[in-house]
Amino acid sequence: MSEEVVWLTIFVLSVFVGIEVISKVSSTLHTPLMSGANAIHGIILLGAIIVAGTADSTLALVVGLVAVVLAAVNMVGGFVVTDRMLQMFTRKKPAQPRGEGR
Amino acid sequence: MTTPTWVQLVYLACAVCFILALKGLSGPRTARGGNLIGAAAAVVGCAVVFFYLDLDHVGWILGAIAVGTAIGFVGAQRVQMTQMPQMVALFNGVGGGAASLVALLELEHMTGREAGWFELAATAFTIVVGAISFSGSVITFLKLQELMTSRPVVFPGLPVLFAAGLLGAVVLAVLTVADPSTATGVVLGLLGLLVGVLLVLPVGGADVPIVISLLNAFTGLTVAAGGYVLGNTLLLVAGTLVGASGSFLTKLMAAAMGRSVVNILFGALKGGSTLGAGEASDRPVRSASAEDVAILLGYASKVIVVPGYGLAVAQAQHTLRELVDVLGERGTTVDYAIHPVAGRMPGHMNVLLAEAQVPYEQLKEMDDINGEFRQTDVVLVVGANDVVNPAAKTSPGAPIYGMPILNADEAKQIVFLKRSMRPGFAGIENELLFDPKTTLLFGDAKDTLGKLLSAVKSL
Repeated sequence: MSEEVVWLTIFVLSVFVGIEVISKVSSTLHTPLMSGANAIHGIILLGAIIVAGTADSTLALVVGLVAVVLAAVNMVGGFVVTDRMLQMFTRKKPAQPRGEGR
Repeated sequence: MTTPTWVQLVYLACAVCFILALKGLSGPRTARGGNLIGAAAAVVGCAVVFFYLDLDHVGWILGAIAVGTAIGFVGAQRVQMTQMPQMVALFNGVGGGAASLVALLELEHMTGREAGWFELAATAFTIVVGAISFSGSVITFLKLQELMTSRPVVFPGLPVLFAAGLLGAVVLAVLTVADPSTATGVVLGLLGLLVGVLLVLPVGGADVPIVISLLNAFTGLTVAAGGYVLGNTLLLVAGTLVGASGSFLTKLMAAAMGRSVVNILFGALKGGSTLGAGEASDRPVRSASAEDVAILLGYASKVIVVPGYGLAVAQAQHTLRELVDVLGERGTTVDYAIHPVAGRMPGHMNVLLAEAQVPYEQLKEMDDINGEFRQTDVVLVVGANDVVNPAAKTSPGAPIYGMPILNADEAKQIVFLKRSMRPGFAGIENELLFDPKTTLLFGDAKDTLGKLLSAVKSL
């Protein structure tokens, strides 16, 4: 099997998994789910680190570092914002001791 | 660069965690855990690169990560719940921008060596779609933040310009594959920015959140293509998961609004139908004082509250909950009717009401409560408009035509708490406001609800 076909196989299978895992989502959770998925594609940070770390000119380094900053904003912001939304749904348990400051 | 086996196994574990994260996020009990699993996998996936690749500029990179983390963290902590949709849009946009820049730098690497056409095509795709996602998200942010009009922006020649931009991007992408150069890549990116702006400008009002979801899926696909370019399986799987689940979610949201994604994107280009009134009407309406409405509510045996974005903006959720409690003590049955797209995004209203600690059991979804309006004495519409607008059923020309609505018009009395006669987010007038059964109570929702509360208490 050529390498392209391996990649294509992973891609196609991931498409089905992606659809399957969220197929039973309740409409209440549409917004947090979108936000959580958004945070997951922040994994582009990994790619940004690689290109910044292999940059061979100052310009390339600067562009790479900009990409790192943007990707980190996406990832960290995405997960934190999702968690804040989801906290709203976890009041059923007795109050958590640590005060969530805002 | 060949990736060591142990790293590939770590990536596999991270990919599984991302699948579990999405799975967790689709159920209320497991959602928070799911999000944490995803975050942990993201941290591990990124940390691992430093251990197997011999990277330069590590100090700079760590500094940049620190800066990005600080911006993301502080932004996410400070944002109000009501502004959540535009924040999600912005985070998505910067992710798309990052993917675009990564691909641009990879293109520069490729010009120095033999690269396959498929690899080059994936690179061009990432550059242009990442740029579209970036500029499109910025426009959705501006619209939701009301820094620009939320109504569709269409000017003569827009369709032509859009088509030209798109065609230009395709031509340049082909050129990039045939003869890769950084200059072509940069122009391709700029064209992507233009196309993104032109794509989102004609989308108006309540449709904007659906476009955010679509752009979110776009960014996922660019990350997946980026993963192929960099030879990184984790990026490929994570990006594809988001691209596929995001596309599916977009379809679900569009279905909740009773329209197709194509219609949302290009509906406004076909003619004036989605251009709403935008100004206040001067037709007569019946308005009343808080005391009058308090009597209506206080002696009703069944009341349904329809909360909307206006409620959340006024921060009136707590006052509303108190009012509902008092009515409950007087023996009135009160339920909240939640339209799937109440607020600015599907599910947004549930988040906002949960913040005010409204008991989850009182929130009823549209399909469960729509049959009950007929037996309801008073419907109290607080800061909502589009979700009860009968035009969705009766006037085929209206931009919200076909969207399922709450049947507030079937109740015996309808009370609207409104700031003014200005139309809602979709920019169209609501016939229900002029119905003889309707009473309007003008003012800021928090003020008005406060007055209602004390008036009901003194009954």
